[in-house]
This record gives sequence, C-alpha cells and structure tokens, in this order.
Amino acid sequence: MDSLHLDQHISQQYNADLEKLRTALLEMGGLVEDQLADATRAIETADGELAEKVLKTEKKVDKFEIDIDKECTTILARRQPAASDLRLVLMVTKAIRDLERMGDEAAKIAKMALALNDDGESPRGYVELRHLAAQVGKLVNVALDAFARFDVYAAIKVVRDDKDIDIEYRSSLRELITYMMEDPRSIKRVMNIMWALRSLERIGDHARNIAEHVIYLVHGMDVRHISPSEIEKQLEKQR
Amino acid sequence: MTILEATNPVDTAETAAKDTIKMKEADLNEAATESDHKTVGDCFVENPKFSVRDANVYYGDKQAVFDVSLDIGENEVIAMIGPSGCGKSTFLRCLNRMNDTIDICRVEGKIELDGMDIYDSRLDVVPLRARVGMVFQKPNPFPKSIYDNVAYGPKIHGLVSRRVDLDEIVETSLRRAGLWDEVKDRLNQPGTGLSGGQQQRLCIARTIAVSPEVILMDEPCSALDPIATARIEELIAELSENFTICIVTHSMQQAARVSKRTAYFHMGKLMEVNETQKVFTNPDHELTEAYITGRFG
Repeated sequence: MDSLHLDQHISQQYNADLEKLRTALLEMGGLVEDQLADATRAIETADGELAEKVLKTEKKVDKFEIDIDKECTTILARRQPAASDLRLVLMVTKAIRDLERMGDEAAKIAKMALALNDDGESPRGYVELRHLAAQVGKLVNVALDAFARFDVYAAIKVVRDDKDIDIEYRSSLRELITYMMEDPRSIKRVMNIMWALRSLERIGDHARNIAEHVIYLVHGMDVRHISPSEIEKQLEKQR
Repeated sequence: MTILEATNPVDTAETAAKDTIKMKEADLNEAATESDHKTVGDCFVENPKFSVRDANVYYGDKQAVFDVSLDIGENEVIAMIGPSGCGKSTFLRCLNRMNDTIDICRVEGKIELDGMDIYDSRLDVVPLRARVGMVFQKPNPFPKSIYDNVAYGPKIHGLVSRRVDLDEIVETSLRRAGLWDEVKDRLNQPGTGLSGGQQQRLCIARTIAVSPEVILMDEPCSALDPIATARIEELIAELSENFTICIVTHSMQQAARVSKRTAYFHMGKLMEVNETQKVFTNPDHELTEAYITGRFG
C-alpha cells in the first residue's frame, strides 16, 4: 500500500488505528478543498447560499480536528509509537492544525462573498481571484496527494509552487492598489476582494506546511524555513 | 459518536490483513544474513572505554555473535536491544568474560578495556570483573545480611583493612544505589528479605562497592514493577556520571529513556548503532525500524 508499511504491525488493531488516522486526515482535507472551491465560486457568482454552506462546513472541519487530535493522543498513550509511526502521529497533529486554519481562511473568503453581496460588486479583481484560487486549489490538492502517497517529490513541488503563488499575490495586490488610487470610491468593494486574495495566499502557506510535514514523515527531515533546492540537496545527501 | 468512528470502515483490520502482502519475516531475515553485512550508524567514538573489533562468539558449532565491532564511550549509557536470541546478552557477557563459565563458548576477535586486551591469556579475570561489574535480570543477593552483601566484594578484593573503612564503603554504596534510607536500620537482616526492587538495588550497591569502571546490566528491570523500574532508571542516570553502563533490555521505552546510544542486534549481528534519539525517531536500518515499531518480533 505504501512505503511506510503502515499495515504491517504485528497488532492488526494498531494497523487499523494508523490507517484510520490517515483516512481521516484525507477526508478532512477533502472537506477543506470543497470549502475553498465553494468559497471562491461564491464570490465569482455572488452566491450567498453557497457562502453560507462554506460557513456551515467549517463546523465539520473543526470537529474533524478535535476527533483526530483525540485519536492521536490515544495512539500516543496506548502504543508509544516509534520511528515512522511516531512521525506519522506527530505529522498528523500538525497537519490538522494547518487544515483547520485553511478552513478558517476559506470561511473568511465566504464572508467576503457575503460582504460583496451587501456592498455591491467590486469593479476589479475577479480575474486575479479566479486565477489565484485555481493555483491555490491545485496546490492544496497536490499537498494532500503527497500525503496520501507519501510522495516527497510532490511535496517539494508544493513548496516550490507556493513561492510562485506569493509572487502572484503580490502582483495582484499592486494592481488593485493602483486601481483604488485611481478610483477611491471603489476602495470598500475592492478591499473585499483583497481580503479574499490574502486568505488564498495564507491557504497556500498552510498547504506548503503540510507538504513540509510529509517530507518529515517520509524522511525524518525537518525542512521548515529551507528553500526547495536546499531540501533536494539534503534528500540527495541522505540517499 | 465521533467522526472518526463514523467514517472508519468496520473491517479495516480484516481487509488490511487480507489484502496486503506482509513484510515477511523471512525477507527481513534474509536482509540480516547477507554476507557483506555492515553495521550502519556510528559504531566508533573517540577515546573509548571499551573497544570491540570483529567479535565472533560460538557455542560449540553454533555461532551466536557475528563480526561485532563497537566502541563504548567513557561514562556513556549504551542500550542493546533486539529480539530474543539476537546475541545481545551473549555480547554483553563477553565484556567481562562471563562467557568463560560456559565450557563450549568460544570468543574470537579483539575486546579491549582502556586499550588492554581482556582476552589475553595471562589476564586474571577476577580483577577484570571487579572493574567490569554485572547486574542480572533476577536480583540475586547472597543469603547473607544486607551489610555482608555489600561488604563481601571489598573484603575479598582486599580493598579495605579496617572495619570503619568497610562501614563507609557499605554506606556510600547503599546511598548511591538509593537504598540507604530504606535499610540503614536493619543492615544485619538478610538481603533476601527485601522486596524485589530493593534486592535489585542491593545488587547494584554490591556491584558498585568494588568501585568498578563499567557496569553491565542484563535486563535489570524485567522482574520489577514500574515504580521499582523507575527507581532503577533514575539510578542509572545518576550512576552514569561516574560509570560506563551497558544495559540489555527488552523494553524499548526503557532503552529510549535511559541510554545515550542504542545498539540494535539481529540474529547475532549488530545492525545499527546510533544516538538513541535518532534510533527511535528515524532509524537508519529497516530492521531497526521494523523491530521498534512492532512490525515483527
């Protein structure tokens, strides 16, 4: 099934417990992906109902976080996991934190959709938003996929692509700021889009965190605050 | 009901068992018996207390330990772990020639204590065993008083001539073993009357009474309850300031708690030696990983 041999403990129950963690994390990730897609679509199509749905899903995501956390505590207490099992449990406790934050950010985007409905459509920014949302959605997807397959190379790609998203975000900001300076009456409405863009950028950061946790899980290497090429170099050294 | 319970397929364990190909023990053993076996990790240290090179141990025709090379640093706590019959206890017993007591046992290779070959035929094993003491799995106090249990070693090794000096050694040793306060008022009572944990600490006191440099411990806590175990582990931490300690244990948590480095043995071979923290979070050898995570036993 995987390179970590999660299913090969003498204790079948232990196999099942770890597999349950993995599945639950992926399910939680799936929910967050839906939230993200729905929230951005809610802005694009001015769909208040969809925005409300995103806010509702957040409660589910929060519950996932609590339940998975509890499961991790149980495994730590009952099994005293070591090596890759320990790394998996540690990684999951961190990854659910990131997913929960991503859920929060998606909810913020949904709130911006509602605000845009109240304040009126923004004259600018929708193209930028759609563009960034597509990139971030892909990033989240690849990060979760990297976890599902324990794929370090996919994880490195996420770390690298997050840099592009940061650049994209900054250039969109510059553009919108220029527009607001030209037309100060639009500031309130454009700001709604800007907040949504900011949330997207934050979601990208959390996806990168998850990718870094995956690298820790598979290779036991802490790669936080290290450039992608440096990560590759260290992996090469380990091999 | 939590989400986890709701989403978890009922028969995960069953399907996992059925659908996946097991990492067969035979495959792992094959990995262990490769002829070009090499220990991974850091086997060697600077200025070692013990330096073992290419140690092979045989019981008659059967080889129990294969080409073990390992340094043990001064005042280091090193833990040896591995499945039953992997050679870890046999290896430990080589370090003070305890295997000499077994007729069919033969030791090859070089084992040096502070640069002195301990298998030199001219060497007297009695002083060697005073320098390298041993604590066994089952507490084995002599059928004598608590006082005599500790005083016996210093007496026969002629370390003291006056009664006051002997008294002092007995008290210091019992204090170091964390037993003094519990037994100071009944030193003349038999050592066998103490509880299991106290008996084990008495044996440790007896071992350190002759001022050894190294203490070998062969599963010192496996017959003790968790509280007595915690006391012994605390003691190991304190003793490591003055003594080099090699401990064989079946409890991986114990190895993780007390040792600085951990050595993993498998089928008579030393597979991996690394800092304990590394071994238990990210071991280098797949067999170490399989063992400490409970993937085979």
